[in-house]
Amino acid sequence: MGRSRVFSKQRFPVGIVPSSYSKYKKLKMNSSDKMIELEEGWKVMVAGITKLELIIEGQFVGKFSSEEYMNLYTLVYNMSTQKPPHDYAAQLYERFNDSIRDYITRMVLPSLREKHDVFFLRDLVTRWSNHNIMVRWLSRFFFYLDRFFTARRGLPVLSEVGRTCFLDLVYNEIKDRAKDAIIDLIDQERQGEQIDRALVKKTLSMFIDLKVELELYVNDFEAPMLRNTTTYYARKASNHILMDSFPDYMLMAEECWNSEKDRVSHYLHSSSEPKLLESYSPWSSEQKTQHELLFLNADQLLQKEHSGLRLLLRDGQVEHLSRMYRLFSRITKGLDPAVVIFKEYVTADGMALVKEAEELASHKKVENKDIVGLQEQVFITKVIELHGKYLSYINDFFMGDIIFHKALKEAFEVFCNKEVAGISSAEILATVCDHLLKKGGGSGKLSDEAIEETLEKIVSLLAYFHDKDVFAEFSRKKLARRLLSDRSINDEHEMSLLSKLKQQFGGQFTSKMEGMVTDMILARDKQAEFENYLSDNTQKYQGTDISVTVLTTGFWPTYKFPDFNVPSELIDCMNIFSKFYGSKTSHRRLTWIFSLGTCNVIGRFDPRSTEMQLSTYQAATLLLFNKSRRLSFSDIMSHLNLPVEEVTKMLHSLSCSKYKILIKEPSTKTISQTDVFEFNSKFTDKMKRIKVPLPHVEDKKKVIEDVDKDRRYTVDAALVRIMKTRKILGHQELVIECVQMLNKMFKPDIKVIKKRIEDLIQREFLERDKENSTTYRYVA
Amino acid sequence: MRRSSTRKTGPPNSAASVNSSAVDLFRSASSKAVIKELERIDQLFNSYANRSSGVIDPEGIEALCSDVEVEHTDVRILMLAWKMKAEKQGYFTLDEWRRGLKALRADTINKVKKALPELEKEVRRPSNFLDFYSYAFRYCLTEEKQKTIDIESICLLLDLLLGSQFCTQVDFLIQFLKTQNDYKVVNMDQWMGFLRFCNEISFPDLNNYDPELAWPLILDNFVEWMREKQC
Repeated sequence: MGRSRVFSKQRFPVGIVPSSYSKYKKLKMNSSDKMIELEEGWKVMVAGITKLELIIEGQFVGKFSSEEYMNLYTLVYNMSTQKPPHDYAAQLYERFNDSIRDYITRMVLPSLREKHDVFFLRDLVTRWSNHNIMVRWLSRFFFYLDRFFTARRGLPVLSEVGRTCFLDLVYNEIKDRAKDAIIDLIDQERQGEQIDRALVKKTLSMFIDLKVELELYVNDFEAPMLRNTTTYYARKASNHILMDSFPDYMLMAEECWNSEKDRVSHYLHSSSEPKLLESYSPWSSEQKTQHELLFLNADQLLQKEHSGLRLLLRDGQVEHLSRMYRLFSRITKGLDPAVVIFKEYVTADGMALVKEAEELASHKKVENKDIVGLQEQVFITKVIELHGKYLSYINDFFMGDIIFHKALKEAFEVFCNKEVAGISSAEILATVCDHLLKKGGGSGKLSDEAIEETLEKIVSLLAYFHDKDVFAEFSRKKLARRLLSDRSINDEHEMSLLSKLKQQFGGQFTSKMEGMVTDMILARDKQAEFENYLSDNTQKYQGTDISVTVLTTGFWPTYKFPDFNVPSELIDCMNIFSKFYGSKTSHRRLTWIFSLGTCNVIGRFDPRSTEMQLSTYQAATLLLFNKSRRLSFSDIMSHLNLPVEEVTKMLHSLSCSKYKILIKEPSTKTISQTDVFEFNSKFTDKMKRIKVPLPHVEDKKKVIEDVDKDRRYTVDAALVRIMKTRKILGHQELVIECVQMLNKMFKPDIKVIKKRIEDLIQREFLERDKENSTTYRYVA
Repeated sequence: MRRSSTRKTGPPNSAASVNSSAVDLFRSASSKAVIKELERIDQLFNSYANRSSGVIDPEGIEALCSDVEVEHTDVRILMLAWKMKAEKQGYFTLDEWRRGLKALRADTINKVKKALPELEKEVRRPSNFLDFYSYAFRYCLTEEKQKTIDIESICLLLDLLLGSQFCTQVDFLIQFLKTQNDYKVVNMDQWMGFLRFCNEISFPDLNNYDPELAWPLILDNFVEWMREKQC
């Protein structure tokens, strides 16, 4: 037998470092010595165990010396490795178990039984700690068993044995008492008292460590604790809900939230956090988090008359609204009732604006009924403001949550699509836009950024309107006026608006208008070219003073061009331009729109000459008086070859409005077809240059008609496109797809779609399926 | 004679001659009888036909009707036309005549008269009725490119075809069609819709009618009108 073979092969238990090997040499292998009998050896063990107990109990100050430890260890070793029948490993194993149980039964249980509440917990914690120490030391003494015996026999290791002892004898007896005591402490803490948190934490660590995967913790502590929490908070909720104001209640809820969170971090296991705080519903729908309990009656809180959500919204209460969002967002679907109220509130606010505008509009004069007046425009401005206000609420208070954005959208869609005083809001919006972009429209005081911002807001508001194509059509008409009479403030703003619209609603929305703006730029260039052309040939073209704007037909609104008798003075100029234009381009046909032109005419009146800026029709009318001083209505009409309405309008502007360039007989306020007109040679004005305006009446009905007609074509095209791709489609799916496709431009009426489908069936683009009458087939 | 009786049980509207030797066989066997039959059919045709045009015109049809003791507005005449697959309203050509009478197994006017009840039963069978119903519409299209029929005529047709089977629906429908202004004519799709409506929708409660489905708009309007009346 080698000298130090035993020890060099062994590994010493952690913590014990031999001071020198020589000591251990004294402990010899026993194989040649006499056998140690069980009881004999056991006596020595008992002595060691007893000493251990005394140390634990605090009645022995000191510890085991490494020699003592080694003796015990070696003893176990020897007794286990002796030749049978003296190999006592099994017995030692059993006695290991028994010793622990004995100690527990003798010392631990009695002590625990006579204590209560906090003292009980304290003792328990101590006992648990002691137990662990004991088991640790004993395991060291008996360590050899773990090396071969337990593994070979498939038995639990020593530490396991120790744990089981405690579990069986102590835990199973005291678990309920422990649980109750802890829950009591938790309740006390909830009431505001200070408790010994460390104690609770230590106790719970016992629950946690005694069995794997938190089985004991979850079942024996956590479940009852959660039930208790349920009761506690259910009561708390019912106590507070009636008396507290909504903000106060929320404050209380938040405090509870924070304190429970605190509790978890300090002494509960982290896995309890979601069950206590956040929403979790996988297993139990009955069990609710403390949070959910407090807000079981969310609706009751939100609807509180003097402090509920509506008032908070009205007053823009930052703190309370933010808190509300914070708290309610922690519950699944917790925000839903709040969102509903928010939507109702915004809708009501918007509808109030509609009503206000309606009231104001009822005072409008009858003849102004169809005109978009100031009050309607103010309505839109207010709607824009409202939008901005609630957007900021959503972003500032509700973290930009998408459900609130959705509610806002739905609310706005309700009142933005109401007619105000019989005028569609899409038209009003177009008018507001027009005012912003035209000279003298009230945007003069605004900076460029302010104008851009307002345009931005208008475009984002447009998203809520169903009849976007109505807006587009009115905008186009107004844009034409602005461009042609040079009343637009700024090309850049025009382009900026168009690009914003394009971004939101696609190129199709703005293609015509973009074309119009481009036309104007090109026309200016063309005019410059023309002027060069004229100056290059001054001989031929002396006296030609004409500026022409060439418009591309498809982009601009359709203008009527009656068979006007062009004054001879103009014809030459027109021909010169036509020749020039023809030389520069090919395959183009020019159609002159005289109703849009202006003319500067010098009127040689007796007092003094005055330069007058007139429309071409007005100029043509006056030129007639070069040939005769007096003309009747019918004379003028036949000379000009214009329809009655035009002639009436024109003569009115020349004889019955601000500048009486013609004298009318009889001098009534309105034009009748029997009137006679005479050149007013005595006319004069303090200005040398005057502008004689021709009032422009927008043909609203035509716009709406055009839009309706376009819509029919658009719906047809959409239906055909869909059916061409799908070949076969059911009625409802077809309708849904059609609506989706057209959404960017307008919201089609289901009846209209149905009618178009029937029309397409009759025109044999589609047919009904023979078997299933609710399905359509594409007819190639 | 026995052979010709088996002929009766074959499909009534099919052309008499099929390229099978069996036909030739009994043709030759009972050919005399068949020829006689065909002759009588042609003779009957000639008794009603217009000398110059060679077809039976409205006058002739009227005479035919009085002989079979049926009003010329009776639906059974329409059924006869259907059997003949007549193309033009108010006229029967020789081919059509032959086709129809052969299918009815009638070569005298009496036999025609006797065949009418059986014909009616046959037409009323659901499988045939659908075909007959759409035939009726097409038959009334007089002009070449005509695709629609005016409301007055539609009302008459409805009564004629569906009046016996669905009298309440038809009554209300006619009332509606006459009072509404949205539609002055009815097309084939809407016409077929009327039949589907009568077959599928419970009346007069209209509980299973869903305007979201593919019913023609004219029926949506009809249902709306009915519901207003019932309030």
